Amino acid sequence: MRAICLYMHVHQPFRVRPYTIFDASEDHDYFSNPESQADNHQIMRKVAEKSYLPTNAALMELIKRHPQFKLSLSLSGTVLEQMQLWAPEALESFKELVATGRVEIVAETYHHSLAFFYDREEFERQVKLHAKTILHHFGVKPRVFRNTELSYNNELAHWADKAGYKAIITEGWEPVLGWRSPNYVYRPAFTKQIRLLMKNYQLSDDVAFRFSNRAWSGWPLTAEKYVGWLNDLDADQTNVNLFMDYETFGEHQWAETGIYDFLKHMTDLFLSSKGNTFMTLSEAAKKIKPSDYIDVPQTITWADTERDLSAWVGNSMQRQAINSMYQLSDEVLATRDAGLIEDWRRLQASDHFYYMCTKWFNDGDIHAYFSPYSSPYDAFIYFMNALRDVKYRVAASQGKL
Amino acid sequence: MLISKVEMKSLMLGWELPPYNSGGLGVACYYLCQAMAERNIEIDFIVPYLENHGVDFMKVVSAMPVSSEITRRAGGIYDSRKWTEEMPIDADVMPGNLHQQRAHLTAFTKHYVTRNKVDVIHAHEWLTFEAGVAAKKLTGKPLIAHVHATEFDRSGELYGNPLVHEIEETALSVADRIIAVSQLTKDLIAKHYGIPAEKIEVIHNGLTPAQLHATGDAASYQYLRAMKHLGYKVVVNVGRLTAQKGLRYLLEAAALVVEKNPKTLFLLVGSGEIRDELITRSAELGIAENIIFTGFLRGTAWRDAFAIGDLFVMPSVSEPFGLTALESLALGTPVLLSRTCGVAEVARNTLKVNFWDTRAMADNILMVLDEPALHHELLVNGQHDIAGMAWLQAAERCAEIYETSARMRGVMV
Repeated sequence: MRAICLYMHVHQPFRVRPYTIFDASEDHDYFSNPESQADNHQIMRKVAEKSYLPTNAALMELIKRHPQFKLSLSLSGTVLEQMQLWAPEALESFKELVATGRVEIVAETYHHSLAFFYDREEFERQVKLHAKTILHHFGVKPRVFRNTELSYNNELAHWADKAGYKAIITEGWEPVLGWRSPNYVYRPAFTKQIRLLMKNYQLSDDVAFRFSNRAWSGWPLTAEKYVGWLNDLDADQTNVNLFMDYETFGEHQWAETGIYDFLKHMTDLFLSSKGNTFMTLSEAAKKIKPSDYIDVPQTITWADTERDLSAWVGNSMQRQAINSMYQLSDEVLATRDAGLIEDWRRLQASDHFYYMCTKWFNDGDIHAYFSPYSSPYDAFIYFMNALRDVKYRVAASQGKL
Repeated sequence: MLISKVEMKSLMLGWELPPYNSGGLGVACYYLCQAMAERNIEIDFIVPYLENHGVDFMKVVSAMPVSSEITRRAGGIYDSRKWTEEMPIDADVMPGNLHQQRAHLTAFTKHYVTRNKVDVIHAHEWLTFEAGVAAKKLTGKPLIAHVHATEFDRSGELYGNPLVHEIEETALSVADRIIAVSQLTKDLIAKHYGIPAEKIEVIHNGLTPAQLHATGDAASYQYLRAMKHLGYKVVVNVGRLTAQKGLRYLLEAAALVVEKNPKTLFLLVGSGEIRDELITRSAELGIAENIIFTGFLRGTAWRDAFAIGDLFVMPSVSEPFGLTALESLALGTPVLLSRTCGVAEVARNTLKVNFWDTRAMADNILMVLDEPALHHELLVNGQHDIAGMAWLQAAERCAEIYETSARMRGVMV
């Protein structure tokens, strides 16, 4: 028997508008920019129409057609907030999917942050906040954990095990796997109960990044070709973990590329072979026996050629920005000003640091593609100005001004 | 790749060479020619004045027996009468105003090509374009028009001089090939002069490491060093004080910067016709103490101006290339450019703002001065951008253009 574990990540950050030092202490709204195409509201409307609604319709069609079709989703707290504000019909369609009982919701930090590596207490608060929000919208309690950007190490696995999660996920990165294949269930080193599922990045990225790339030798990617690759895998490989950004469908790969037809035909064709099925992450963790344990003392992620945190904290601007922000932790929380605390948490989204990446020469293009700013320096300047205003508000609430 | 063993002789028509230059044009010509000479191209370079440049890699020919100082002043826009009419000098050596100087250059060039064999005519800037067209008519040799700036660039936000537009338009139409110093300039030539884009090649200026040796101690600026010791930061611009360079906007931004951070000094290196206006404006804005005008500099004082800076700002309304931005990076100072600078095509890791957006300009300046991490990343990545930019590559491209043009032969006009 072989299962596809399809997992997709849904997220939008609150992008910082071009916020100058002349705004700091005058205007505390960092996130709305109604004049611009890059306004968070505009982007949410666009993504809901291009991606969320058509993709959910396609997924619902597959759920109705195939009793074996299942998937797992993670939705950040910030994307849920934005849908609630600006695309309630998209939020409804996610709720309908979850209500079928065949879509598992995965836990993460509410604010899509890297807090685990900087401030453990803040991290736990954000995970709790996220769980509460998921329960509110979907009436479920997540049993699988994903950390922002699939960042992972032994310590995180240990934490997730103690917190009672059944599984945790990360990148299937060769330096970690060695000779082993990602197409099995593993057990993280130094843990008792929890299971580890690792992304098959070849087969995932064929869809997520290369699907419409005419320069790729696999182009055009047909359902027949792709299912052929899946069926050709060693017979004892139990699970193929296809992990990707949800926005792959309709946003990164436009509907015109044929991505939806591919998704449907691929599923039909894959399920037409006996023994092939789909599983949610927790189902795979429960049903499939772990084949080995995986030791990851260093931190890995699913991004860039290095698969480490360098896309977010690799240069000195990024480190300055993130350290300055987490240094404010105690003071911001002590204000008990909900608006201020929320603004500070929105600034924790890993996206802000990703926009500051200066790795132009190999992965730079993909960073540029996903950035609302014309350069990483602009990203740094607007972010730091917003952080200055946060400091100003902290000082004001302490009666120092 | 066209590599020919045939030696070519180029007749270059220029307006200035260092150390008798007033700006980047002379510098670009000098290093381009030096690199072309290494590529075995023989060059006769005609300038409108008489000076010893100490150049051994080409033959510098003087079109008029007048010093560069007098030529430049007589050719100036504002007080040229003093130099053309009131100077107690011999009628023989009167350089005339700018139009007369161009006529001199054209006559001399025509005379020169009847006595000297050349394979290609390479004219830099509109001032030499009439001479270039005349030489092409006489010899039938290909004319390469090298555009370092157009009248649209020089006139800032105004339309410019219609006579100059006409000279440019004629020469650009007649020229066999056009070299533009940036894509920005190529697009402008195609759009405003109706020239087919295929005729225009982009050759970015280069950077010769040997021309730059940062001393690191900025010895020429003891006062600024002392101020930096007291916590002051220095913002630098090096360029002519003309409308095109956008310094009016820099002053408005400076006022915003000083309001937030009074310990900021602005060092403006250069001379030009709007100097008095800039001085007046900085007083009106109440920031005269923070603005330092050095006048025109060369040598160590020029070089150290870059090195003393915490940030180099090029706020140009129009800047076809902007060699000083490369020089600044090479000398260890990161760069803020206006979006209308051609050099941004090669120096990607720079801050960019619209020249008129003085708030954004001030905001960027303040952040660089305040955040060492931003300064560091801009510098390290900016230096990476320019690491491979040798003049030899520019010379190589010019040589290719010579060879294809010579083979196709210019059509007689």
